Amino acid sequence: MIAYIIRRILYAIPILIGVNILTFLLFFVVNSPDDMARMFLGQKHVTEEQIEDWKSERGYHQPLFYNAEEEGVEKLTQTIFYTKSVRLFVFDFGRSDSGRDISFDISQRMWPSLAIAVPQLIVGLLVTISLALLIAFFRGTYIDYWAVVICVALMSISSLFYIIGGQFVMGKVLRVVPISGFEDGVFGIKFLILPVLIGIIGGIGSSTRWYRTIFLEEINKDYVRTARAKGISEQMVLFKHVLRNAMIPILTGVVVILPLLFMGSLITESFFGIPGLGSYTIDAINRQDFSIVRSMVFLGAVLYIIGLLLTDISYTLVDPRVRLN
Amino acid sequence: MNSRSVILIIIAIALFIGACSDGAWNNPYPSDRKGKSANVIYSSFSERPKRLDPVSSYSSNEYQFIAQIYEPPLQYHYLLRPYTLVPLTASRLPEVRYFGEGGVLVDENAVDSIKYSEYTIKINKGIQFQPHPAFAINNKGDLVNLNLTAKDLEGIHVLSDFEAIGSRELTAEDYVYQIKRIASPYLHSPIAGVMSDYIVGFDDFRKQASEKYPNPNEGWHDLRDIKLDGVRVVDRYTYRIRINGKYPQLVYWMAMPFFAPMAWEAEKFYAQDGMEERNISLNWYPVGTGPFMLTENNPNLRMVMEKNPNFHGERYPSEGEPEDYENGLLKDAGKRLPLIDKAVYSLEKETIPYWSKFLQGYYDASSVSSDSFDQAIQFGSGGDFQLTELMQDKGIQLATAVTTSILYMGFNMTDPVVGGDSEQSRFLRRAISIAVDYEEYISIFANGRGVAAQGPVPPGIFGNIAGESGINPFVYDWKFGEPKRKGIEVALDLMEQAGYKDGIDPNTGKPLVLNFDTPSAGPDAKAQLNWMRKQYQKLGIQLVIRATDYNRFQEKMRNGTSQIFQWGWNADYPDPENFFFLLYGPNAKVKHHGENAANYANPEFDRLFEKMKNIQNGPERLATIKEMTKIAQQDAPWLWGFHPKAFSLFHSWYQNVKPNLMANNLLKYRRVVSEDRQAKREAWNKPNYWPLILVGIFLLASLIPAVIAFRKRERSTLK
Repeated sequence: MIAYIIRRILYAIPILIGVNILTFLLFFVVNSPDDMARMFLGQKHVTEEQIEDWKSERGYHQPLFYNAEEEGVEKLTQTIFYTKSVRLFVFDFGRSDSGRDISFDISQRMWPSLAIAVPQLIVGLLVTISLALLIAFFRGTYIDYWAVVICVALMSISSLFYIIGGQFVMGKVLRVVPISGFEDGVFGIKFLILPVLIGIIGGIGSSTRWYRTIFLEEINKDYVRTARAKGISEQMVLFKHVLRNAMIPILTGVVVILPLLFMGSLITESFFGIPGLGSYTIDAINRQDFSIVRSMVFLGAVLYIIGLLLTDISYTLVDPRVRLN
Repeated sequence: MNSRSVILIIIAIALFIGACSDGAWNNPYPSDRKGKSANVIYSSFSERPKRLDPVSSYSSNEYQFIAQIYEPPLQYHYLLRPYTLVPLTASRLPEVRYFGEGGVLVDENAVDSIKYSEYTIKINKGIQFQPHPAFAINNKGDLVNLNLTAKDLEGIHVLSDFEAIGSRELTAEDYVYQIKRIASPYLHSPIAGVMSDYIVGFDDFRKQASEKYPNPNEGWHDLRDIKLDGVRVVDRYTYRIRINGKYPQLVYWMAMPFFAPMAWEAEKFYAQDGMEERNISLNWYPVGTGPFMLTENNPNLRMVMEKNPNFHGERYPSEGEPEDYENGLLKDAGKRLPLIDKAVYSLEKETIPYWSKFLQGYYDASSVSSDSFDQAIQFGSGGDFQLTELMQDKGIQLATAVTTSILYMGFNMTDPVVGGDSEQSRFLRRAISIAVDYEEYISIFANGRGVAAQGPVPPGIFGNIAGESGINPFVYDWKFGEPKRKGIEVALDLMEQAGYKDGIDPNTGKPLVLNFDTPSAGPDAKAQLNWMRKQYQKLGIQLVIRATDYNRFQEKMRNGTSQIFQWGWNADYPDPENFFFLLYGPNAKVKHHGENAANYANPEFDRLFEKMKNIQNGPERLATIKEMTKIAQQDAPWLWGFHPKAFSLFHSWYQNVKPNLMANNLLKYRRVVSEDRQAKREAWNKPNYWPLILVGIFLLASLIPAVIAFRKRERSTLK
């Protein structure tokens, strides 16, 4: 297994280089270094000289990929791409264009994102798996039919609707939780209730429907029929046999998103004023802060690769037949 | 765990959370601040301020903070109108002397013979900086935090981790140091370009600074020893600025944070090794003499300003406009400022939660967004704005003011079709000026919050003429005591005179095609762009919308490849020069990289501008402005667009509110009646938990048939 993991890590390097090049190209197609300077320096009274100085101080005065004026290897190293990207591979994110330490900011802002995402994931999983099992139990009945209809309806509604509706009902009409905001420590719990609740409700439709499909697939297999023939109660069949064997596809979906929980949710964080990494990224895009954008995209790619690797490893844990080699 | 235990746990959590809060469950502020924070203002910010350094900060979300912390020598009088400059840290307004050839004193009106102007500013004695580690001294009087080693910085993560703090008296040297910072080649002050035209020796200083400190990113750039010829310390409390020629607008800049003092110790303190790695910088922790100091800077969540214990005893103004007495704005006359202890700004990115929290009493004031307009404002029988019953019931008040800004539609005067000085193009521009109905635009897209512009100068600024004599006679007629837009037939006549009868381009035999460049491309902008297309359609012109992102839009503007565009300008200071310079030829964007986006150039207009900018407000200046306005109206390089109206709502406990569009340091005048606020918050935010209990009972009740169905299903034969 160790050889497999090492191989996967080595595979990750060209993927990350590719992600970096793509991010770099997409960013600089839309924003030139001049645009970035203007965004930072403001719109009024800015002179060309100030723009050149700003670019020069931050290394944006160099060519993007190839520096024809340099000699030898410096043709490649004295470029914006090289100087801004290479240190990412040792997880040195450097400083943002406004001078802040990006690693420090990430370390500060990942906790609010996690505070929302972790309970949302755990409680959401418990709720949706239970509901899906229940629906599977009532398969072929009106309960099953209407449950699927409700799930489709729930998954068709925009997450923005859940957020605004939730804020209106819980915060404004019932006045039981703050509409938005965030605090550290115990006092912060009341700020988490609404976004977590909305996240769970917003995810019920799609997750329940998906898990139901997985359970129904399992429920018709021979081993389930054998279990029933042995006189095991339907409850036991579902929870002991079907649930365990349905874990592989569930794990595929869950483990892969575990590392991405750090990255936060753009809309939820924005509407609830949560200082997480989702809003950090969207702010950076709005400010054309390339240093943060590339760092967050790189981090997202790394976490996704880790998630895929963890998924593979988790297969071996839930299914002894799976071997990584 | 049975269902009873679950319910008990839920109730326990709810009670615990309720106990943590300040009475109401939905209170977003921690209860531990209740006792200490009675005299607090609650506000918000939607975006992290990019910089908090007075040398480079220039946007409103930055001024919201630094204008309360840094004090330039002058400020705008809070209540008097028209906007009037008064001393802040200065003991009186600057004394100005004018020098001619050979250094002889000349009269201020002899503009042509003025070679230099000299501003002498005397500041008050005894003003202290806020407590800060940069000023900490030991028993011997040595500054202890300016030569810190890596070991000294162990355990330091934020500014408040420094134990030793101190203060010192403000001196003229601090003001001079800041002006040198404006001139620094590495601090990118947005006004460096403007100042280099005026302050004597500015460019030479930049050159010397570049030579002395060739690496912009290395260490502290001590600017004290580099000579800036035009700025010098006269004595401990007096400094002098010498500028080329005459520039009366300099005093307005002296009321902006650019000219606020900077202590060299603060700059050196932040430039030490290890500070930047800890994000301890001047952009994060300002150091000033103002009424407030930033005590918590977590712009991902909250920024808190508290009263500066060293603040010099400025008093609430004792004079105002007649209506200010009636409105109770002079009740605090003579009281020591600031009137509050603290201001808490919470991060609030979206307008919907902000608005809801304002209605709940958790924010003291709010602007009126288009989403909340109908909920807040209604039109009275006379077409005037009134608060809705909901607002009136809550005791909310409304303050409105026409902003000192303009949103205009410009023609690129270098364009061969719409630009140029020919009669044909002039008629075309004037026809379009009539056809695009800005009154309708204001009504549809701004909820009536705006005043159609007659020229470049907004109301409230010298040079704006109200009434019949102030209308744009090429677009409006004066009827029934108000300006009425000319009929479309007049515009069609002009089109014919321009050679485009019924909008047909004689070169192609097809409708004239014009291009409108805009950075607005989202769904919200679609209605506006369709409306714009229809306005041109009235003349038979086919308007092509060229929507792009803001970067490309700016590029087009710089290169002069746009044809028609929409843009705006907010006044830097209340002087007509700050608007007319947007049409001044040598300020053209394409040729001179200036702010004249239309690239308008009219020699007579330029001559009058040069004259107007150097004379004091008075009949002569007004006459010149009238002439300039007439030329601009005739040439029509802009559709003058409109001046937006700012609407702000505030609760009854939030007092001393008078819109002042020039001053940014208004927090010190505000007062809150915290008992009133607390009572209303509690009354408005009683938790309504019965629906939740009912939902819980319903869910529990639904368990019974669910269990029955479950058991039935379990016993049935599976299919």
